Amino acid sequence: MNNVALKELLYKMADDQLILGHRNSEWTGMGPLLEEDIAFSSMAQDKIGQSHALYQLLHQLGEQEPDTVAFTRNANQFHNCVLVELPNGEYDFSLIRHFLYDTAEALRFDMLTRSSYKPLAELAVKIRAELRYHTLHANTWVKQLGSATEESISRLQHALEQALPYALGIFEPSPHEQELITRGIFEGEHVLQEKWIIQVELVVNQTQLSLPDQKQIKPVYGGRMGKHSEHLQPLLDEMSEVFRIDPTAEW
Amino acid sequence: MYGGGNTFEGIKTDTLAQEDPVKLAEFEARIERGEKIEPTDWMPQLYRKQLIRMIEQHAHSEIIGALPEGTWITRAPGFKRKLSLMAKVQDEVGHAQLLYSAAETLGKSREQMITDLITGKSKYSNIFNYPAFTWADSCFISWLVDAGAIVNQLANAKGSYGPYCRALDRICAEESFHLKYGHHCVIYLAAGTEKQRQMFQEAINRWWAPMMHFFGPSDKISAHTEVLMRWKVKMASNDDMRNQFLDMYVPKIWELGFTIPDPNLKKNPDSGRWEYTEPDWEEFKRVINGYGPCNKERLEVRRIAEERGRWVREALKKPSAAYVTPLA
Repeated sequence: MNNVALKELLYKMADDQLILGHRNSEWTGMGPLLEEDIAFSSMAQDKIGQSHALYQLLHQLGEQEPDTVAFTRNANQFHNCVLVELPNGEYDFSLIRHFLYDTAEALRFDMLTRSSYKPLAELAVKIRAELRYHTLHANTWVKQLGSATEESISRLQHALEQALPYALGIFEPSPHEQELITRGIFEGEHVLQEKWIIQVELVVNQTQLSLPDQKQIKPVYGGRMGKHSEHLQPLLDEMSEVFRIDPTAEW
Repeated sequence: MYGGGNTFEGIKTDTLAQEDPVKLAEFEARIERGEKIEPTDWMPQLYRKQLIRMIEQHAHSEIIGALPEGTWITRAPGFKRKLSLMAKVQDEVGHAQLLYSAAETLGKSREQMITDLITGKSKYSNIFNYPAFTWADSCFISWLVDAGAIVNQLANAKGSYGPYCRALDRICAEESFHLKYGHHCVIYLAAGTEKQRQMFQEAINRWWAPMMHFFGPSDKISAHTEVLMRWKVKMASNDDMRNQFLDMYVPKIWELGFTIPDPNLKKNPDSGRWEYTEPDWEEFKRVINGYGPCNKERLEVRRIAEERGRWVREALKKPSAAYVTPLA
């Protein structure tokens, strides 16, 4: 049995973590308060570390070294969802993206702890433990700012409406979906999405925000197939700026 | 990280005349005995004022210092460097948080300190008003600017104000990892390709003058600070700290095969002290007073961050909440 389906799953998860980790790190020195600078930096470190661990699993399956994979591919070779590559915008957008994305990832890695592919199941246990803090952070802030001032509520509401079509793109179905399910590697994006919406509603219902009906929203797909927004390539160019000076050099 | 070079202004001799002589004598005796002064203890106004000034400048230096290095997080070459640099810059922001709290114990709020930073009323370490053009510049900062900061901070950690000393103990422990990280990066450049070596040599050439400025004006021209040294606010003279830095790091730079752009730099075998071309103190003053290459940009970034974050801070305020000075 070949590993195409498994590799595709690992790539999209690794790329998601790398790109959002990179975006989170852009908050360093720019946060609305020092404590948030520090929090986003911690989450960035976790995510970049998680992407590295996932690229390591790919390396064990015959793919190139994590540094090569992360720092030398072009945008159309990346499988992250478009949500994670969007610019940080204001804190409202970054927070809502973090909330929608990490709610999904916490559930995804919880599901993956039961994966039939043991190396992934073992890694998922570790990642799940880290993501607990990410969702705790997101939920705390969404609940707080989603029920505070008129401005904070309207900003978060707007960000929610803006981010939701992209968030649904997290669950873009893969052509290998059925194989992953059959082999017990991953229960599939559809199951994940159903769990996700329940969790998102649970938090949003504790605020003065209202969640748009996801059935009325057209998801932004394409990222999983390498079709990205205009924002990804500049991010990758920046990320690899030094690495490309001499890719054979050791830095 | 902080060099302490621009902390003190001249002190008028009559400032102490208004203090209670008995309390002042007891205060000085406590410091003489090596005791720490705590936030609720009696202290002269001058002591409080100068400490706020010093700790606040140190805190500002940490958050402004996060900017030139922070721009390299998104460009760091490879996972190892990217993760390390993120953690390092995060530490610096954490230092600011610790230090603002230490300064707050003396009666000035973090909000007021940040307002004074943005309006240019209070200063930060001069070295961050220079641009980090290349990856090698960020390596220079992580290794040598942090090394300079450690020289200063280890000295200050033996000072007399309890909350500041305790913050510095934690800060120095973290800074020692930064130094290792920076040194590791530089070794890879030194042992790398011709291009990599050239990048670091150019970084030394660019950063040497700001590095010499880092410890502040020569003792010959700096403000008289005897009383602050007696009170263990200022722990070593600028020239002594500069000399200690040169003693520790010039041999290491030479060992890696790099040159330092000062033909007069040498250790005097008789005095054991380093001789060097006197840094341009007029340039130092110009930069301190806001005319360096990056002053405007650094403050503008900080100002934008504060303004963009205002709605978040407003939303956190509750009518029932009152301001509480942090515990020491």
